[in-house]
Amino acid sequence: MKLLTHNMLTSHVQGVIKGYPLIIKATEVKVNELEFSAPFVSRMIPKLEWSALIQAAEWLGQSQDLPSTLIPDYEKDEEFLRKVHRILLEVEVVEGCLQCPESGREFPISKGVPNMLLIEDE
Amino acid sequence: RKLKSAACRACRQYLLHLAHDNVDFRLPVQTVNFQFTQTFVLILTSRSAFELWGHGTTTDELRMSLLEYPAENMAPYLQQNSTYKINVYTFNKTLVFKDSIEKIDALDFLPFKGTVNLKAPEHIFCLLEDYGSDPYEIPEEPFHMYFGRWIADGQRELIRSYSVKKRHFIGNTSMDAGLSFIMANHAKVKADDLVYDPFVGTGSLLVACSRFGAYVCGTDIDYNTIHGVGKASRKNQKWRGPDENIRANLRQYGTESLYVDVMVSDASKTVWRKTAQFDAIVTDPPYGIRESTRRTGSHKDIIKPPEDFSGESHIPVSMAYHLSDIFADLLNFAAHHLVLGGRLIYWLPIYRPEYCEEMVPLHPCLTLISNCEQTLSSHTSRRLITMEKTKEPEESDGLAHLADPRFTPYHGHNSFREKYFCGLTKKNGKDSKATPGNKD
Repeated sequence: MKLLTHNMLTSHVQGVIKGYPLIIKATEVKVNELEFSAPFVSRMIPKLEWSALIQAAEWLGQSQDLPSTLIPDYEKDEEFLRKVHRILLEVEVVEGCLQCPESGREFPISKGVPNMLLIEDE
Repeated sequence: RKLKSAACRACRQYLLHLAHDNVDFRLPVQTVNFQFTQTFVLILTSRSAFELWGHGTTTDELRMSLLEYPAENMAPYLQQNSTYKINVYTFNKTLVFKDSIEKIDALDFLPFKGTVNLKAPEHIFCLLEDYGSDPYEIPEEPFHMYFGRWIADGQRELIRSYSVKKRHFIGNTSMDAGLSFIMANHAKVKADDLVYDPFVGTGSLLVACSRFGAYVCGTDIDYNTIHGVGKASRKNQKWRGPDENIRANLRQYGTESLYVDVMVSDASKTVWRKTAQFDAIVTDPPYGIRESTRRTGSHKDIIKPPEDFSGESHIPVSMAYHLSDIFADLLNFAAHHLVLGGRLIYWLPIYRPEYCEEMVPLHPCLTLISNCEQTLSSHTSRRLITMEKTKEPEESDGLAHLADPRFTPYHGHNSFREKYFCGLTKKNGKDSKATPGNKD
């Protein structure tokens, strides 16, 4: 699971109001090297919940030197965009789980694939 | 083969030479913005495109038309230090070499300043003559003549290299390579888009979208398909190997860096936060025939995981996910999670004897763009539906489908599976079970 995805996921456990962001508990993390696309990163940034991204990076020990708030004119700052590219797409949780911050319900991540299924009556 | 000339926004005309298969899908494809060569080469149902400089029904008319074409539009391609060649294409007639040369010579009133290079010219011009479509009645003179600058050839080669047969990971419902590209085209998928498939299966649609440069993600309720575990869909193969999953498919085509994620999830219980948005949603929801429709819920039937699987529990319960609910949910999801102007493309299974246009589900925030039929059998077909988000949803829109019968006319299609099999038994199995795409 990549942090771009994590940034868009929320807990859908019945009755939960504050289900975002899901807490990441990772037992295995991998960092891949992937082709960088400045336009894609620039387009994604306004769609992100920035604080949730920083929080997720911290959980994985990958916050490096990402700013806690978005810098203005980020589209022109390639170094910044590359850092964001890395945290959004290159860092990957291979094994672990996502935990609902309100109910505590855990969703397992196995071989990089999160399982978000709820059982009946949940 | 057909020649069609189409006007486009920049007041230039373009001529598209179209191929024959998937006839019903051609017309919507023409609305794709073809001002840019790059976008154009992805139009798969076209053989070639030309920038039209002149046309007429006689040589004189063509000449007049060419003299009227703005010289400044021609100039960049006729420069002194450039190279060019002129091809002559005739439809429904074979010309002898001498005649082709004569026709080219007749164009020498055009201000070609460059030098001819037959091997590797910078610019290629074409004279196209249409002698009709009746091979037994070939006229002396063509019905139509066109002259233009060649821009690009359509990507029919893509279909060959993307054949499902070659792919590592296929399932019972892997989408035919050509159709998955057509879907990506209809959805106007382009580089740096984020595309989502909520019924991703083996990822065929995502592979096609990645070829257009889009980042892709998907979800599916079937744990085994996502992980590539379980019975293999290819004959002579026992289990799906460890490399058989969606990411591996993308890797095979060199688009692995466009893989975002796939997840096991129930499409009827969305996992995305309210403001999560995608540029396109491209999907093939279950019809209830090959893969049975399922969702988690409170029914008491418990489906046991297959014996070979060891690991955490998954898909603990199942209940029939009525087809009309799938589409109502899908449209509502698209209304909330598409960017404004983003598109939803999906297949709608149809029981032909009962079909009417009103059955295509609607949503107040989505505009229906196209509806193309692919026949599956004499009484069933599926329709490729393209919708564009044209309005942001308000509170009331989410409940629109309950209030207005127009938004759930598809109700009559529940138990599509029943009707499909009922129709077959009626005809004692003589009915041709044409199944979509390369399925085994």
